[in-house]
Amino acid sequence: MSSRVFVIRAFILFVVITFSVRLFSIQILDENYKIAAENNIVQKIVQYPYRGLIYDSRDSLIVYNSPVFDLMVVPKEARVDDTVKFCQLLGIQVEDFEKKMEKALRYSSILASQFEEQISDALFAKLQDQLVNYPGFYVLPRTIRSYETDGLANLLGYVGEVSGSDLGKDTSGYYRPGDYIGIGGLEKSYEEVLRGRRGATYKVVNVQGIVQDDFRQGRFDTLPDPGLDVQLTINLEVQQYAEKLMKGKVGSVVAIEPSTGNILALVSAPSYDPVLLSGKELSRNFPNLIRDENKPLFNRPLQARYPPGSMFKTLQGVIAMHMGVVEKEEEITTDGSNIGDLAPPGVYDMEKAIQFSSNNYFYLVMKRMVQQGIEESAFLDSRIGYEKWREMVKVFGLGRKLGVDLPNEILGNVPTIEYYDRLYGVNRWKYSNLGSLSIGQGELLVSPLQMANLGAILANRGYFITPHVVDQINDWPNPNIEKEILPFDASLYETIIDGMEKVVKEGSGIRGYLDSLFLCGKTSTVQNPHGEDHSGFMGFAPKYDSRIAIAAYVENAGQGGRAAVSVASLIAEKYIFGQVSRPWLEDYVVKELYLNAPRPTIAEN
Amino acid sequence: MRQDPLSQKIDWVTVLLFSTLVLLGWLNIYAAEYDPAQNQSLFDFGTSTGKQLAWIATSIVLAWAVFLIDFRAFDSFAFIVYGVLLALLLFILMAGKEVAGSRSWLGFGGFGIQPSEFAKFATALALAKYLGHATKRLTDLKTLSFSFAIVLLPMFLTVLQGDTGTAMVFAALFIPMFREGLPPLLPIVAIVAILIFLLTLMVNQTVLLVIVSVGILLGLGLNAKRPRRLGWVFVIGVMIIGAIRSVDFVLSDVLKPHQQRRVLSLINPNIDPLGAGWNVTQSKIAIGSGGWTGKGFLEGTQTKFDFVPAQTTDFIFCTIGEEHGWVGSIFLIALFTTLLLRLVMLAERQKSVFARIYGFGVVSILFFHFAVNIAMTIGLFPVIGIPLPFFSYGGSSLWSFTILLFIFLKLDAHRMQVLQRW
Repeated sequence: MSSRVFVIRAFILFVVITFSVRLFSIQILDENYKIAAENNIVQKIVQYPYRGLIYDSRDSLIVYNSPVFDLMVVPKEARVDDTVKFCQLLGIQVEDFEKKMEKALRYSSILASQFEEQISDALFAKLQDQLVNYPGFYVLPRTIRSYETDGLANLLGYVGEVSGSDLGKDTSGYYRPGDYIGIGGLEKSYEEVLRGRRGATYKVVNVQGIVQDDFRQGRFDTLPDPGLDVQLTINLEVQQYAEKLMKGKVGSVVAIEPSTGNILALVSAPSYDPVLLSGKELSRNFPNLIRDENKPLFNRPLQARYPPGSMFKTLQGVIAMHMGVVEKEEEITTDGSNIGDLAPPGVYDMEKAIQFSSNNYFYLVMKRMVQQGIEESAFLDSRIGYEKWREMVKVFGLGRKLGVDLPNEILGNVPTIEYYDRLYGVNRWKYSNLGSLSIGQGELLVSPLQMANLGAILANRGYFITPHVVDQINDWPNPNIEKEILPFDASLYETIIDGMEKVVKEGSGIRGYLDSLFLCGKTSTVQNPHGEDHSGFMGFAPKYDSRIAIAAYVENAGQGGRAAVSVASLIAEKYIFGQVSRPWLEDYVVKELYLNAPRPTIAEN
Repeated sequence: MRQDPLSQKIDWVTVLLFSTLVLLGWLNIYAAEYDPAQNQSLFDFGTSTGKQLAWIATSIVLAWAVFLIDFRAFDSFAFIVYGVLLALLLFILMAGKEVAGSRSWLGFGGFGIQPSEFAKFATALALAKYLGHATKRLTDLKTLSFSFAIVLLPMFLTVLQGDTGTAMVFAALFIPMFREGLPPLLPIVAIVAILIFLLTLMVNQTVLLVIVSVGILLGLGLNAKRPRRLGWVFVIGVMIIGAIRSVDFVLSDVLKPHQQRRVLSLINPNIDPLGAGWNVTQSKIAIGSGGWTGKGFLEGTQTKFDFVPAQTTDFIFCTIGEEHGWVGSIFLIALFTTLLLRLVMLAERQKSVFARIYGFGVVSILFFHFAVNIAMTIGLFPVIGIPLPFFSYGGSSLWSFTILLFIFLKLDAHRMQVLQRW
């Protein structure tokens, strides 16, 4: 029998050893149980930081946070004895009440969910007294963006709940579902600055999810870091004035301070009131805005592509003189045979060609640039000359991004050799195929921002500073600003600028003339195959020590000498003098009188 | 002949082990229901801890009482005790109050006991009494049948009460039978059947059947010239295939739905993650998060915040695992092992067959509880609601284990007198 006792003892030991090994494996070797234990009991409570405030260049508050209150409910604790009375208090139907409760219950019976989003202040005041009678309901404060202006929407952008695709793209791993993120505009490009860093407290919860204690005495808790305040370069007064002028029109205005690259005003018309995309308004209004055929969400100054038209002649002149294909006094006789022209045939030098916007003059000048006679074959020669020309055009900030601190800046288009090769075949094209580029038409596309920057380059006589809308972040200067100097002799600009001065003083831009303003500029009548021409103007004021460079486009408004130059001139006056002395011109713009004007005179072109 | 005082004959080692287990159990019940928000006292009778203290105190009285009874009475009254408890089991089947789905409680006013708990030692006594007779041999079919009947009768009644867990404990009494000469084939067949059952749950049935068939064919081929062995191979093969095929039947027709889920979630806790699987998963999480030395007394989070079910009773081991880690778990297991091996040693030194069989009965019942309870908390066995002896909260179980153990200690203390008597 002793062998059987041995079997019994062995069996006991076998079981005990099995247990020890098993325990060793789950307690020591397997880390998953420790993680699972922590996940069981630790609940993270996120604390959202305040988003940074936004000020204009003169310290006026533009964007701030205002508290809103969501009515929350914890279904398990909720007790409503008199549903009808409760519904009356909230101003909702009894069916709605049941639907909302059901929805909350579907989410969780023990976690709070939104019962009513953003309740009104009046209701909030009423609720504060009454809510004690309804256990399980409480009011949760939260902030949404509020605005001191009804404009600037395209520049500011908006804030919304982070989308699934954003979460996928987020390499920093910061965002969680339900987080808010800047969408579009400044809110997007300065998201990391404005958002701050959220804090979190870790609580120990029991199996019902009810908080028991701080986790590890709050060792891992972090306070939220508020977002940094941002000061814009935008002058709110000028901005609002420009918006007023552009109201009811389609187009853009960009104003830049040439010496600093500060964007003083950035108007996209039509636009929308930024409040429409704040808080719970976002989901209601966004679909309408995105469907609107006038595209109010489209940030035209940075995203619209227009042919530059005649304003392109200014940089053509500088490049041509720099290449040495023409002297400034050199007189060229045009017979109007090369290209359609509103300037009469005759003898032009550079300044006069700018002043009268001679298409034929610039056609001939660009021909000299493209076909320099380096190669025997006109095709090969054009290839070399065009590439040289193209490089110089790009020096003026065209066909590339300027690096503005807003999202979705377009490159525009300065066509490449490869483009023409594809279009006509290699060595099957020469200057005559691309002559319309000489007057800023054809495949050339620029954004209003690029044109305003061109104005700044001319005003500065040969350099520009990265255009930007943010001047300071928490009193620290914007670090992403660079100065770019163009490789042209400063004297070359003077001839062009003299011409531009005469454009406003006695040429096509005369409607914008004001003696004290010393506005220099160039109008563009941008050919529009789809309808009425677009009215364009690029310029700066005053002539020396310029304080403002402006590009204005008013779509389907006809000649550049009408709407665009008027808008630009009024904005320049407003900025420089702080007030406007020409009510009749303001009327002309605001009431869109230019649309009723008779066919243009030559002077207005 | 002048007798030595009883105190000198008691096996104090066992008493010490018993006391240690009871004391540690009490502290762990405190830890398991400890709520950091309330400053609880160990002696608050509104809590399980306080009540357990009362149970411990009464258990000591019971142990004392057992020692006051003449040791010969256990032998003499074994069948009567057995009969009374069978009657009680029958009685509560008809008149007992139902608690948590099983009709196993006998209420006296606000106070309830479970006769099935006490039926364990009664059955052990009856079995010892029956087999203790010098002429009884377990190889004899009549003796075997009778012994089986003694064990199966209370087991059957307990199953009828709906308390399958406790019922299974009676099966442990095969260990003393095995010790007394039960043909080894029976337990081997039983163990093999259980292994096949578990294997079938884990491995695809068809695959298993193919493997077994190949095995049988191989066996038949190898023994082609020995007809006697051929017969054996054939019989065994058919039995194994039968066992495999019976799994579905047992699962779907014999076991109740909640038992099915418990068995299935042992194989895959994700089958029913918030039901039966929840218990196993949370229990393993609690124990597994203990690491080497645990989180410290009263620092366990899984048990304290109610993630582990029945944390003071059937899952009390989780508290040890979580708060005292591997070291603490092994210490507790070592305590039980020492106790069990000590009892085996004590049983073997008995002069009377009755005392020896009873001793192994004690060993088998304690061992079954210990093994199944811990195995279920670490996911090695389906969840069966039986307590950890001396450790889990509960009056009936503590009382019955105390009586069970101290009857044996009483018998052991008088082991030298047996010879004088006969």
